[in-house]
Amino acid sequence: MNGIPAPAPAPRVWPMYRSLVGVGLLCGLLIVSVFELTRPVIQRNQAEALERAILQVLPEAVSSRTFRLVDQARFEALDGKPGGAPLAHAGYDADRRLVGLALEAQGMGYQDVIRLIYGYSFSEQAVIGIRVLESRETPGLGDRIETDPGFLENFERLDVSLADDLTRILHPVEAVKHGAKEHPWQVDGITGATISSVAIADILRRSTEEWIPRIHRSLDDFRVAE
Amino acid sequence: MVDSFPHEETPSTDEFIKGLWRENPVFVQVLGMCPALAVSNTARNALAMGLATLFVLLMSNVVISSLRRFVPKEVRIATYILVIATFVTIVDYVLQAISLDLHKALGAFISLIVVNCLILGRAEAFASKNTAGKSAMDALGMGLGFTAALLSLGAVREILGSGALFGLPLFHDGFQPWVVMILPSGGFFALAGWLLLFNALQERRARLASPAAEPMR
Repeated sequence: MNGIPAPAPAPRVWPMYRSLVGVGLLCGLLIVSVFELTRPVIQRNQAEALERAILQVLPEAVSSRTFRLVDQARFEALDGKPGGAPLAHAGYDADRRLVGLALEAQGMGYQDVIRLIYGYSFSEQAVIGIRVLESRETPGLGDRIETDPGFLENFERLDVSLADDLTRILHPVEAVKHGAKEHPWQVDGITGATISSVAIADILRRSTEEWIPRIHRSLDDFRVAE
Repeated sequence: MVDSFPHEETPSTDEFIKGLWRENPVFVQVLGMCPALAVSNTARNALAMGLATLFVLLMSNVVISSLRRFVPKEVRIATYILVIATFVTIVDYVLQAISLDLHKALGAFISLIVVNCLILGRAEAFASKNTAGKSAMDALGMGLGFTAALLSLGAVREILGSGALFGLPLFHDGFQPWVVMILPSGGFFALAGWLLLFNALQERRARLASPAAEPMR
């Protein structure tokens, strides 16, 4: 039997199991404990951030109330009840008059899903502000959708007026090349962030086409706070 | 990376100081470049990322050195990653509780601390062979060295790129920001500048310590 090396001793399995399972259990316990401890604070932070975003995209509003769509037909105030999606946040001025709605929308960007909130003004029949809530667009390029003043100017008054029968947007939102904007329903793109800026216009077009006619049909539901 | 650590059991100040200067993770070992370049566009982001990394490095070094006699070498890397990922998840939750805006600014780079080679490197090269006390000193030194380096990068980039420091404007209206400095390429420019300065200083120290010797190239 000369020349055949002796087999290496097999590694002991039990210490490996003990190590991985033991450390895994301890780590799991630690993560769950920290999650439970921080959850209420994180939820409060998220609620405050949402409230700030609503008031930012509806500058005339001083308070807001969240509604959810029930049976695809009417809106019901949540008032602290658990919601789910889709949600609409109604903004009211100091006299408790309905001034507009803040709506959340999302769609695919260049890197990942972009989630945003936009304000809709009833008096102007226009989008009057947007704020990106979540995006992983390329730093320095795609993330200019959040910071480029020229791009954000598009949403100071982006026309989404309804046709006379209130069933459709007269001119759906569309993206155009930078510098080619001619109409108030067009979004002037960003050179160097074309996909991200077109994605914002697409998200707004889809969301406004779906929601604005529906909201106008159920306008009285939002006036409960007036 | 070679560690020339002494084998006495008591932590020494040398373990702490080497990470700050002689073996600085960014300026000497050039480790953890991804977060160092990506989130150092403002001093605030750089400081937050540095402190998050310091926490993960400190906790994982202490836990890994405490467990070093119980973890078989075949599964040591898997165990280290498990421990590091746990503390990164904790940092993620705590940051969300402290400030959602800061959490959003740091984005995916918080989760990517798991694969920061500085942390796994210290676990494998130091914590797995030394006591918890010495590993804590090593982690504090390396973590503070990393934080200081990120802050140096972030401060230069924010001052030149935005004309501000920690969000406070430093110049009059006439200042024209160098936008390139807050873009990704600005990270490389700032890093090159600091590496130049750091190496020049180290070379000068070496020359002063042994005037007859040739300067290091």
